[in-house]
Formats: sequence, structure tokens, C-alpha cells
Amino acid sequence: MIRFRLFKDKTARLTMLGITIFSLFFLLLIGIGLFYMSLPILREKNIWTLLTSANWKPFKGEFGFLPYIISTLHVTFIAIVIALPFSLLTSIYLIEYASKRVNNFFSPIVDLLSGIPPVIYGVWGTLTIVPFISEKIAPHFVEFSTGYSVLAGGIVLSVMIIPLLISIFCEVFSAIPNEMREASLSLGATKWQTVKKIVLRKSMPGIVAAIALAVSRAFGETIAVLMVCGNIPIIPSSIFDACYPLPALIANNYGEMLSIPSYESALMMAAFLLFIIIVFFNAISRLILNRIERRYQV
Amino acid sequence: MKLLEEKIFKSLMLFSAFAIISILGFILFTIVSKGFASLSWDMVSKLPGGGFYLGKEGGILNAILGSFYIVIGAVLLALVLSIPVTMYINFYLPKRSFFADTVRFSFDILFGIPSIVYGAFGFAVMIYFGLKASLFGGIVVVGMLITPIIMRSLDEVARLVPKELSEASLSLGATKYEVIKVIIRQLLPGITTAVLLAIGRGIGDAATVLFTAGYTDNIPTSLSHPVATLPLAIFFQLGSPSEEVQNRAYAAALILTIIILVLSLSARYFSRKLSKNKI
Repeated sequence: MIRFRLFKDKTARLTMLGITIFSLFFLLLIGIGLFYMSLPILREKNIWTLLTSANWKPFKGEFGFLPYIISTLHVTFIAIVIALPFSLLTSIYLIEYASKRVNNFFSPIVDLLSGIPPVIYGVWGTLTIVPFISEKIAPHFVEFSTGYSVLAGGIVLSVMIIPLLISIFCEVFSAIPNEMREASLSLGATKWQTVKKIVLRKSMPGIVAAIALAVSRAFGETIAVLMVCGNIPIIPSSIFDACYPLPALIANNYGEMLSIPSYESALMMAAFLLFIIIVFFNAISRLILNRIERRYQV
Repeated sequence: MKLLEEKIFKSLMLFSAFAIISILGFILFTIVSKGFASLSWDMVSKLPGGGFYLGKEGGILNAILGSFYIVIGAVLLALVLSIPVTMYINFYLPKRSFFADTVRFSFDILFGIPSIVYGAFGFAVMIYFGLKASLFGGIVVVGMLITPIIMRSLDEVARLVPKELSEASLSLGATKYEVIKVIIRQLLPGITTAVLLAIGRGIGDAATVLFTAGYTDNIPTSLSHPVATLPLAIFFQLGSPSEEVQNRAYAAALILTIIILVLSLSARYFSRKLSKNKI
């Protein structure tokens, strides 16, 4: 009996160890797999021309990623610019000013915002943001816009990253020890001065990490952005122009164009690009956040 | 001057907090008001009939059931992977372990990888093995997406389990494996919360199932059949030129939103229960 129990114990431990090690290599596996599948196009073309050419004609064998990269950057930039002040101010309010009851009221709201599926954000965007841009905002600036634009993508995306930003900001702010705040207040500083000079300054690395995470989330968001940004592979000249971010490129074309081998490889390269950038941003921000957590835990 | 600044910023904070609440209200209001009109019992209880995509009768039962099939399979797969990992790094390894930290770090990064990358990678692997878009493919890829979610939230509750619990069982002569079984029982509310969150994420994700699960008007009867999903039902119907069909997309969006609301509320309920029973 005891032998059997020990045998079970040993088997269980080895199985768990095996699964743990396997999961550790999974990330590597995805990276290598994507790289391997984008090799054909990398052999055919110079990587630099692929990244800087604006010519996207898959049937003529021309694959220039520039419009997609620029589109992704534009949409992400707008999303961060809109989301940052709202989420920063709200998190400061929640941690520094608001009572526990307000916090209890607010946390399901943040949860819900982060739980709403991308496709619902997309539906909401096409129903409200797109017509609003084409009828109310764009006529003041340009002659004509369908509303399916960089701006629409940026606005929808900003709402989607706000819950992520708020939850990380709140964690970062509450990691600041209370003694620091008290020291500042006892010197006669007002609450806002304390926030500005102590809390914000002390949590700068955490804020940067949160923004990096939000950027990587925005880079990879697919369906919601695809539904509101028009999907025309040109370099947008204003925020009211349509654009075509990288994830949308993969979503719209992969699965249909498998008869052209270099096309498939080009789409895989798009996925590999996304993967590399996102892993990089994630790794940096997680390292910063882990350090913050460790410093104040001890 | 000092006080004026204080006042200005405080009102800005209140304004942005209020703006975020109203955005959520606005989104829910838009979905409900648009979707409610076309919502009917037929929508949730019938398969698409002939001419459904021209605005004729039928419902999206195929997509609702398909989404649940996929997400249930994916959750099982994710639990099989994430429970052993969490148990191993929390209860077999010492508290400050480089290996455990590396595993956590890699799951943090997996958590950040967008669903389109999982979808594209999964589909490429499926092509390599000659598999077609199917229920099986959907389950595996959605499983990849939600494993890091479940693992991270399990890890969070596992870290809170007091050392005394495992020491008490060990002192009674239990093997480590038997201790783990005791601990898992203690973690059940945490596992439930994690699973509910993961279901919410998995059921609403479109980019993972776009290539890997396919789309069909039928309910799959085998793992190798293609399967319809709710997000794709919304996405495809919205792209139709017919207004009837578009209205159905709004109704489908409402159904998905209601599912997400229920999941999110019950996750909160269970996590509150968890904190009540904490030793």
C-alpha cells in the first residue's frame, strides 16, 4: 500500500514537472514556428525592403508592409493619447481620494469593461463612433470621410485599453508606502501636491510599464479595429482616412490565399512581427512590474 | 493657488471617472437598444433555416451551442495544463525559486500574446498536419488563449494558501500528492472564478476561431466537424448588405453581451465567497 502511494506521488510529481517544462518551452515554440514559416519570404526578399516598401500587390509578388505598420502605429498612438489621461486621473482618484465604497462600486465596472468581447466593441464602434465621425467631426476638417478611419479605430481601442491601464495603475499606486505620503502631507503639502511630487514620481517606472503593456495590447487587437478602420492598404494621410493595421491584414486574408505560397509566408511574417514586438514590450513591462512588487513586499 | 490646483485636478478626476462609467453605460445601452428589437425566441432556439442569410427564418442556435462546445473543451484542456503547473511551482518548489519565477514570467508573456497570433499559428500548424477547420482546432487554439489566464489567477490564489495547511497534512503522513489533493479542494472557489473569467474571454474571442473552427449552419457531432461561434455569427451577419440580417447581428451581439454579463457577475460572486472562507 505505502509502495503504491509513493509510486503515485512520484508519478504525479514527474507529470507536473513535465507539463511545467513543456509550458516553459511553448513560447519559444510559437516564436520558432512563426519564424520558420516566414522564412520563404525572407529568403526571397530583403527584410529592409519588406518593412519600408508601400507596395502591397500579392499577386505580383510585391509585399510592402509599410502601410500596415504605419496604420498600426497611428491607431495605437491615438488610443494611448486618449486613454492615458482618463485612466491616470481615474486611478489617482480611486487610490488617493475615493472611499472604499466608491472603489467597490468601481471595480465591477472596470471588470466589465475588460470583459466585453472585442466583437461587441466593434459593433458599438460601427453603430456610434463611425457615424459620429463621418457626420459630426470629419466635415469640419476634410471634405469627405466614411467614418471608417484611423480615428474610429483609435477611439474604440482606447476604450478597450482603459480597464487594463486602470488596473495596473491602481496596483502601482497602492504599492507606494503610506509613510511617504504622510511625510509629504505633514510638511504642509496638499493632497494633489503629494500625488504630483511623490506618488507619480515614485511610480514612474510602473506607469511606463503599464503603457508598454497597453501598447502591446493595442498592437494585437484584431476584430474590433478591423470592423471600424476601413481596411484600405494605403498610408493614411489624415486621421479621417481609412487604414489597415497588421492584425486586420492577417485576419482578412489568411485562410483564403493559401494557393500563393509567398503570400502565406508574408502573412506569417506579419504574425511573426507582431509576436516579436509584443513579446518584447511585455517582457520589459513585466520585468519592471515584478521589480516594483518585490521591492515593496519585503 | 495651491488650493485652486487641487480643485481643478479633483474635478478632472471626477470627470474622467464619470466618463468611464458613462462609456460602459453607453456601450450597454447601444447594444441593448439595437439588439432588443430583433431578439426573439427563435433566435436562440432554432438553427438557421433555408434563406436565413437573406433574412428568412431561423436562429443562431448553431453559434450559441458551438461557442459553448469550444469553450468547454478549451477550459478542460486549460485546466489539465494549468493546475499541474500551478501546483508544481507553488508547492513543490521553494518560495524564492528562479525556476518558478521563470515559469510565471513566461505565462505572463503568453498572456499578452494577442489572439490573432494564436489563431494564425494554430491554423498554420493545422495545415502542416493536414487538419481542416474543426471543433478540435477551435478547442486547442482557444485552450492556448485561456491557459495563461487560468494559470495566472490560480497562481494568485495558490500563493495565499497558508503553509500550515500542507504542513498539517504532511505531519499526518500524507504524501505530497495527497497534500495537493487537499489543497485543490481548498482552491475550488478560486478555480471556479478563474474558469468563469476564462469562459468569458474564450467565448467572446473571434480572432482565434476565425481560421481554426470554421463556420457551419449545423451543430457539430464530431471533433472533426467545423463549428459556428457567436462572435463570428455577429461578425459575418454584420457584413451582410441586408438590413434584416444586420439586425440579427445586433440581436446576436445582445445575446453574447448577456452571456458575458452573467459570467462576470457570477465570477464576482464566487470570488467574494472565496475571500469569506479564507483561513
